[in-house]
Amino acid sequence: MNNKNTWMGVVAVAVVATLALVSTGRADEFTKSDKARWEKEYMTVVAKGRELWTSGKLGTNGVSCAQCHPNGANTHPETYPKFQKQIGRIIPLREMINWCLRNPLEGKPIPADDARMIAIEAYLAYERRGVALAPGKH
Amino acid sequence: MSRFNLNRRGFLKASAAAIAAGAVPMSMVEVAFADAAKNFTFAYISDAHIQQIKGTQFVNNWDRGLIRAVAETNLLDPKPDFVFFGGDLAQLGNKAELDHGAEMLSALKQKTYYVMGEHDYYLDLGEYWSKLFGPQYYSFDHKGVHFVVLNSILTYDDWTFKRWPTPEQRMLEMAGLDNPNGSPFMVGDKQRAWLKADLDKVAKSTPLIVFSHSPLQKLYKGWNFWTEDAEQVQALLKPFAKATVLYGHVHQIQYNQIGNITFHSVMATAWPWPYPQTYAQAQHAMPKLTIPINRADPFFERDATGWQFIDVDSGKIAATYQLYNNTSRKVLFNPKTGQPEDTQYQEPAKRIPPQEHY
Repeated sequence: MNNKNTWMGVVAVAVVATLALVSTGRADEFTKSDKARWEKEYMTVVAKGRELWTSGKLGTNGVSCAQCHPNGANTHPETYPKFQKQIGRIIPLREMINWCLRNPLEGKPIPADDARMIAIEAYLAYERRGVALAPGKH
Repeated sequence: MSRFNLNRRGFLKASAAAIAAGAVPMSMVEVAFADAAKNFTFAYISDAHIQQIKGTQFVNNWDRGLIRAVAETNLLDPKPDFVFFGGDLAQLGNKAELDHGAEMLSALKQKTYYVMGEHDYYLDLGEYWSKLFGPQYYSFDHKGVHFVVLNSILTYDDWTFKRWPTPEQRMLEMAGLDNPNGSPFMVGDKQRAWLKADLDKVAKSTPLIVFSHSPLQKLYKGWNFWTEDAEQVQALLKPFAKATVLYGHVHQIQYNQIGNITFHSVMATAWPWPYPQTYAQAQHAMPKLTIPINRADPFFERDATGWQFIDVDSGKIAATYQLYNNTSRKVLFNPKTGQPEDTQYQEPAKRIPPQEHY
C-alpha cells in the first residue's frame, strides 16, 4: 500500500464521519410546529375513526359501534393481543372489530391495512389514552 | 335480612318457562311481611330501541329482545297487577318504529303503563307517542301506593326549539349517547309544579313510587345518566316516609339510596351499556352501593339484557332482574341498613370476576 492510497483512505473516513455527524444532528431536529402538525395529522385520523364509530353506515342494518360502546368504552384496546375466549386463540383488537362488523352490524369485515380500520384503531386508542398497557388481561 | 321468610316458589309456570327460557332457572324469593295482603307485583320492560332499517325491515336483534321479554312477562305466575314500559321503545322516534314496538307490546295480557324516553320524543316532541299511549306525565293509586310517571327527558328550550334545522337532525343528535352536541335531561318547571300539586294531595305516610326514564340523580353527565333538576325533584319526594324511584335509560343494574329515597334502574331488552367508570377520560359518580351486572359477552346476543319483576311489599320494592345468560339478580330494600342491597353479591367477598369493569 503506498502513501497516496493511505491518505485517500483517511480522507474518505473523515468525510463519512463528518456526514454521519451532520446527518445525526439533523435527525434530532424538529420544531414545535412539526410536533403540532404531526399531532394534527393523528387527530384528523382519530376524528375519521369517531365518524366511522358513530356512523350507521359501516354495516348494513343502521346499527353503529357507538350504540353499544359510547366513547369506545368496554373495548379494552390496552389488553390486546389477548386470548379471546370465544374464539379460542390470541387475536389482535381488529379481529374483534371485524367480529362486530359481521355480527351486530350485519356487515362485511375491513382489511387490516384499510384506512378505515386504521382510523377506528386510532380512535379507540385515543379514547383509552393514559391507561397502562395490559396485554393478555381478560 | 333475617326477618325475611325465604320461601322459594316457582314464579313462572315451570313447563311454560322451560319452553320460553331454556335452562334459565325462573324462581323468585317471596318476601313475607306481617301484612302480606298488602304485597303485590308488577313487571317492568324497558329500552327496546326498535330500529327501522327500511320499509318493514327492523334490526332483528332488538326485536328479539322485546318479543322475548313480552313472552316471559305473560308467563308470570302469580300474574303481575300491571306492566310498565320504561321508555325508548323506538331508536329514532318514527311512526314505523313506534307502531312496530306498540304491536309487540300489545301482546301483553296486563294493563300496560308507558314512560317517555328521549328516543321516542325528539323527532316530533312526543306527538305520535302520545297518540298511541296517552299523557306524558300522570299519577294513579294502586293498593295504597301512589304512583307517579314523569317525562324526565325534556331539556332546555333553546336546544329543543332553536338549535337544529330539522326534527330528524335533532333526534339524531340526542340519540347519540356520547354526543357532545346533546343536552342534559330535565323534568322542567311546568312538570315540577304539577308534581308538587299532585303530591300535596297525598298523605306523607303513603308509599310513593316514581317512574322516570332518566335517573332522578346525577351520575355521569357525559352519557346523560343525569337529570339536571334532580335535586329539585328529590326535594319534592323528601317528605314521604317511603319513596322509591325506578328509571330506565342506563341499560344496566344500578341502585342507590339518597336520604329517604331509594333508586333502582331497570335493564334494557336491546343491548347493555358499559358502566361510566370504564370510560378512562371521564369524571363520574356511580353509587358505591351498586354491584355491577356481569361484563357482557357480545357472542351471546341477549347477554346482560333482560327485564324485571317488582315485588311491592309494605311500600318498598324488591327488584328481580331476569338476566338471560347470567344468574338472575335480586335487589331489595333492607330495613336494617335502610338501603337497597343485592341478596347475593352485596358483600365484597361474594363478588365474582365478571363483575369487575375497567
